[in-house]
Amino acid sequence: MGDFFSNLSLGFGVALTLQNLGLAFLGCLVGTLIGVLPGVGPIATIAMLLPITFGLDPTGALIMLAGIYYGAQYGGSTTAILVNIPGEATSVVTALDGHQMARQGRAGVALGIAAIGSFFAGTVATLVIAALGAPLTKLALIFGPTEYFSLMVMGLVFAVVLARGSILKAIAMILVGVLLSTVGTDLETGEERMTFGLPFLADGIDFAVLAMGIFGIAEIMRNLDHTETRDVVRQAIGRLLPNRDDFKQSYKPVLRGTFIGAALGILPGNGAVLGPFASYTLEKKLAKDSSRFGRGAIEGVAGPESANNAGAQTSFIPLLTLGIPPNAVMALMVGAMTIHGIIPGPQVMTKNPTLFWGMIASMWVGNLMLLIINLPLVGMWVRLLKVPYRLLFPAILMFCCIGIYSINSLPTDVMFIGFFGFIGYMLIKFGFEPAPMLLGFVLGRLMEENLRRALIISRGSLETFIERPVSAGLLAVAAILLVIALLPSIRKGRDEVFTE
Amino acid sequence: MKKVVLALAAVAGLAATGAQAQGYPTRPITMIVPFAAGGPTDVIARIVSDNMSRTLGQQIVIENVAGAGGTTGITRAAQSQADGYTIMMGHMGTHGAAPALYPNLKYDPTKDFAPIGLAAGTPIVIVAKKDFPATDLKGFLDYLSKNADKVNMAHAGVGSVSHSTGIFFNSVVKAKPTMVAYRGTGPALNDLMANTVDFMTDQIVNVAPQIQGGNIKAYAIATPQRSPVLPNVPTTKEAGLEGYEVSAWNAIFAPKGTPPDVVKKLSDALMKSLDDENTKKRLLELGGVIPSNTERTPEALQKLVESEVARWTPVLKAAGATAE
Repeated sequence: MGDFFSNLSLGFGVALTLQNLGLAFLGCLVGTLIGVLPGVGPIATIAMLLPITFGLDPTGALIMLAGIYYGAQYGGSTTAILVNIPGEATSVVTALDGHQMARQGRAGVALGIAAIGSFFAGTVATLVIAALGAPLTKLALIFGPTEYFSLMVMGLVFAVVLARGSILKAIAMILVGVLLSTVGTDLETGEERMTFGLPFLADGIDFAVLAMGIFGIAEIMRNLDHTETRDVVRQAIGRLLPNRDDFKQSYKPVLRGTFIGAALGILPGNGAVLGPFASYTLEKKLAKDSSRFGRGAIEGVAGPESANNAGAQTSFIPLLTLGIPPNAVMALMVGAMTIHGIIPGPQVMTKNPTLFWGMIASMWVGNLMLLIINLPLVGMWVRLLKVPYRLLFPAILMFCCIGIYSINSLPTDVMFIGFFGFIGYMLIKFGFEPAPMLLGFVLGRLMEENLRRALIISRGSLETFIERPVSAGLLAVAAILLVIALLPSIRKGRDEVFTE
Repeated sequence: MKKVVLALAAVAGLAATGAQAQGYPTRPITMIVPFAAGGPTDVIARIVSDNMSRTLGQQIVIENVAGAGGTTGITRAAQSQADGYTIMMGHMGTHGAAPALYPNLKYDPTKDFAPIGLAAGTPIVIVAKKDFPATDLKGFLDYLSKNADKVNMAHAGVGSVSHSTGIFFNSVVKAKPTMVAYRGTGPALNDLMANTVDFMTDQIVNVAPQIQGGNIKAYAIATPQRSPVLPNVPTTKEAGLEGYEVSAWNAIFAPKGTPPDVVKKLSDALMKSLDDENTKKRLLELGGVIPSNTERTPEALQKLVESEVARWTPVLKAAGATAE
């Protein structure tokens, strides 16, 4: 315990220097801004800003880059809530209820609870990293391909629970998502699958392209075909910040979300994406009236947002303690460290303690700054909704196009968001929900690759999924969840049979 | 007095425009790195171009165009204007292994480029999980030949350095381990550390920290000399394995048709960058090998590309490895 405090004080000593405070602020500010712009993600920004950090000392540079990362995570939720465009997989869930809240004139409350929940989650996650970072690393190593596949199966069950309406339609959408994720070059053989020989499909469909089209562009089309609902948003702005009732409803989801997000964030291979989905599923199942979900339930924003931020924070654990990046942004952080002469690996903690603990302490500082930056901004964002839609939507469209082009510099990506936008619009019209499809898309590739990897290693024996305890446990949970999810509809079906 | 100042200004102005007309570069140069930001090639590109920017007096902007084992970015760079304002960082995969891996490749590494020079080599290390029974390379090769069906080899996807060098390794030692593909080196290393897979071959910069931390073990480094980063790891030759010397070299190219004086300017800037103490130090920290003066020239690079294509094509074709 003494170690814990001396480490933290060493860390805060580094993080609270004037220079590092300034860099953390700058990072969070830039991150928030690019997070708000649809499409422009932290990867493009960090890659662009890397050369600027050459003149800084490594700790300062990394503090700034980390600030961009979690700033972007937060800014992404702002866009998800205001205009229903999830920039990243993790804010898909926020868009579900957050945007509904915005439509009901509660955008300020949604943004406020997201900021406060994120801050709380960030604080807890920072403490978790500081206290348990090193021992938790072992957890990352328990998760091999077998366990990962079972985790993804569990994740797909979340997708079923996520759906508001027909379970059958939700399952159909999940399968479409999984199918879409198989487009591109096969990892094991190098064969191209379902690319129709088109070169821009060789590396698969980009998540941002799919999400922006199916959520954002489709939303614009839907708004344009009945403008009256949009005017409601304009008239009723409502309170800017959550009140006591809102807090009362949210504090438990925040606590649970923080725990789930922090736990999943530690896993290698981007387990953090599951956090918000898991949290949403849990809240929906625990709620007395689950029909409110998808119609603007504050728990559906508070829980997933906390899970998101906690996961964003704890996903630094594999990077800092092992030097293994769990996702693309962390891979970029590895590059940033390498350029600054610090090669990430298990020795960073002992060789560069000021960097290690300084970064951890700066995470908390960064979270505090995000709160300070974002709470006053809430008013501004909400006022943005007052802009007449005929002026707002061309701007959103333009930013979407610029943002999506900036990711891969591919004109085809811009055309693709139009294509997916049209499909998204049709789906809404036919009563299919896009969220389960996106989850299927995110999990599909991980699931397929880990399934094949596990089977290659077990030489084709399916028993490997049951023989390994963690995997068996996860599959059991998935089965139980599925039964719970399906029971009501089965029972309903039966009732209908009896009434006839 | 006023007249003198005006005259001076005019002369200065003339001099400036004169310099602009013939003085490449007058605007920032784009360097296409065909891999995601943060990877070994990207890091080397950024380190080397930092000093080159200062020599040239114009910023070299890195643009990451990833995809299809680096061939997407190189294809785009090869088709861009040959005016010296678009250059690229190619590597062993894009300019050596690619013709064998991608039958529909839209460029010919030996013909479609104006080579600038070799930037850095990153040696390949043979690494295994720390619980692997063999203690040295001999024991490892022995185990491999006796238990071929039991051993799993990890690689970072078809077309990656670890994949090509792994296939090369298998062909040299005549082993047929089961190949397990990962999306990138990070996840592959993770499973190697967790004892899920048995061994892999990869660039020193990726594996050195884990070797030093005792999370995985290294059997040999595939270079003629030991690396200062891993002084205890023997070379393949020392460990008794002939014919497996391979490095994931990184080199700068311009599109074919780039004017010779521009190529010379870029090549001179690269040479100067590689002589810079700071650049050297950062490359060495990564375990990089800095090419000697004779290896850095455009001519030497052209020869290297030709010999690499000749080396990789039969090896990869025999293994039936294609990516299309």
